[in-house]
Amino acid sequence: MTRFAMVIDTKTCIGCGDCVVACKAENRVPDGLNRDWVVEATRGKYPKLTTEFRSERCNHCSNATCVTLCPTGASHYWAGTNIVLVDPDMCTGCKACIAACPYDARLVMHPDGYIDKCTFCHHRVEEGLDPACVSSCPTRCMHCGSLDDPESEVSRLLRTRKYKVLKPETGNVPNVYYLI
Amino acid sequence: MKEELFVTARSNALIDPSLHIWTWEVAMYLFLGGLTAGIMVFAACMTLLRKDGEAPFATTKLALLAPIVLSLGMTTLFLDLEHKLFVFRFYTSFQLLSPMSWGAWILIVIYPVSILQILSTLRSGYPQASPYVDRLAAGKAILDWCEANRRAIALTAIPFGIALGIYTGILLSAFSARPFWNSGVLGPLFLVSGLSTAAALVALVARQHSEKVLFTRIDLVLIAAELALVALFIINLASGTEQQLIALDSIMSGPYTFVFWVLFVGVGLLIPLLLELLEIRGMARRVAIVAPILVLLGGYVLRQVMIDIGQESAWISYDTQYNAELLQRLHE
Repeated sequence: MTRFAMVIDTKTCIGCGDCVVACKAENRVPDGLNRDWVVEATRGKYPKLTTEFRSERCNHCSNATCVTLCPTGASHYWAGTNIVLVDPDMCTGCKACIAACPYDARLVMHPDGYIDKCTFCHHRVEEGLDPACVSSCPTRCMHCGSLDDPESEVSRLLRTRKYKVLKPETGNVPNVYYLI
Repeated sequence: MKEELFVTARSNALIDPSLHIWTWEVAMYLFLGGLTAGIMVFAACMTLLRKDGEAPFATTKLALLAPIVLSLGMTTLFLDLEHKLFVFRFYTSFQLLSPMSWGAWILIVIYPVSILQILSTLRSGYPQASPYVDRLAAGKAILDWCEANRRAIALTAIPFGIALGIYTGILLSAFSARPFWNSGVLGPLFLVSGLSTAAALVALVARQHSEKVLFTRIDLVLIAAELALVALFIINLASGTEQQLIALDSIMSGPYTFVFWVLFVGVGLLIPLLLELLEIRGMARRVAIVAPILVLLGGYVLRQVMIDIGQESAWISYDTQYNAELLQRLHE
């Protein structure tokens, strides 16, 4: 399995939300729905507070429970990678995958009724481009690439910087990394 | 302090502010599916034990209810689907690791098994209807064959009935992302609850006194077993991970405490247990109708409360407020 990862630097993210807008424009996400979102996490006790911005989305898990539990095979890995996609023609809208995602990253695509989610912009990745969110980031805090290539930017960043993933204890092996 | 807020609005329907994808349709399906399982298992057991005299309704008539109840359940399940025209996709693949896929295929097998079960007791159970089938040569041959193989059909119905009853629980417990459901006890709990509701249905509908008594006794044992499984379920959660402890809070000191303990455990299990104990000792006969109704109600409440709490239990929660009015203004 070719592992694509997104590496997001929380030190340089300013929480502007451009990634969210870029995704909506690129993927024509309907009003009121979002495939990605920005979280502002504040920890500590005043006046010693720390804030971290995280641009979140589907984690394209290597062990994706949404793929395992889908009863029809509509949720699948794209072309031998960890990129999780939904085939609308296979999807019954049973919503099992929404319940199966520990990151609440899936949504019902209204008004059609099939399940929708972040695709890592695989249509752009296929052409060697970055996903829309990554390419639009004004602080260049987002990076996307293959973890199998030791020379890729994502591999280099994970080699040299401290990082975390969200809730690794779910066992889903998420592939969106946050530099801390 | 720890505060996690959305900087960009995320108000995905059915997900924010907390997951609420399944409502009464799925709970009703799980309830009716469990009831169907119980109906098939009891009809088969009574046939195998040759209880025609003691329990004529369960032995010869009960099986007819299985496909009717199941079809009602499948209708509510269909109502829940968001992409309805693609419902046939359940049957264009088999996903080995998805309990829902197993369930879809089990349902398909249940129908022919259940029809055979009905045909094997049609002449004795529904003498008004059987002449219509007997009139056709093929119909007569089929009825003869089913009657001759009555025991074999009953033996087939039992494992399929159990599979149907237990899969509804395994289906939920397989969601590792929902801490409240993530317990292996859920399968047996749903199976026993399904059997108990079916026993209550027989106790409610059967006319012969001996049959009512038999099924009240069976139900007593099943309610006791269900109480034990509920206890195991709670112990499982209470000794679980942080997420499971938080999920448990919703029934211990949270919004579902009343529904779970009073409506499900109290009204749905303990009161019928007490009433049925009295009945067996010859007391409380005048209210004999109450216990089975409460058991059926409790069976539904169990599914509804499980569905409601399970969805809300999560690994990640953000401090956020969902404001539907903002969405409305978007379109103005």
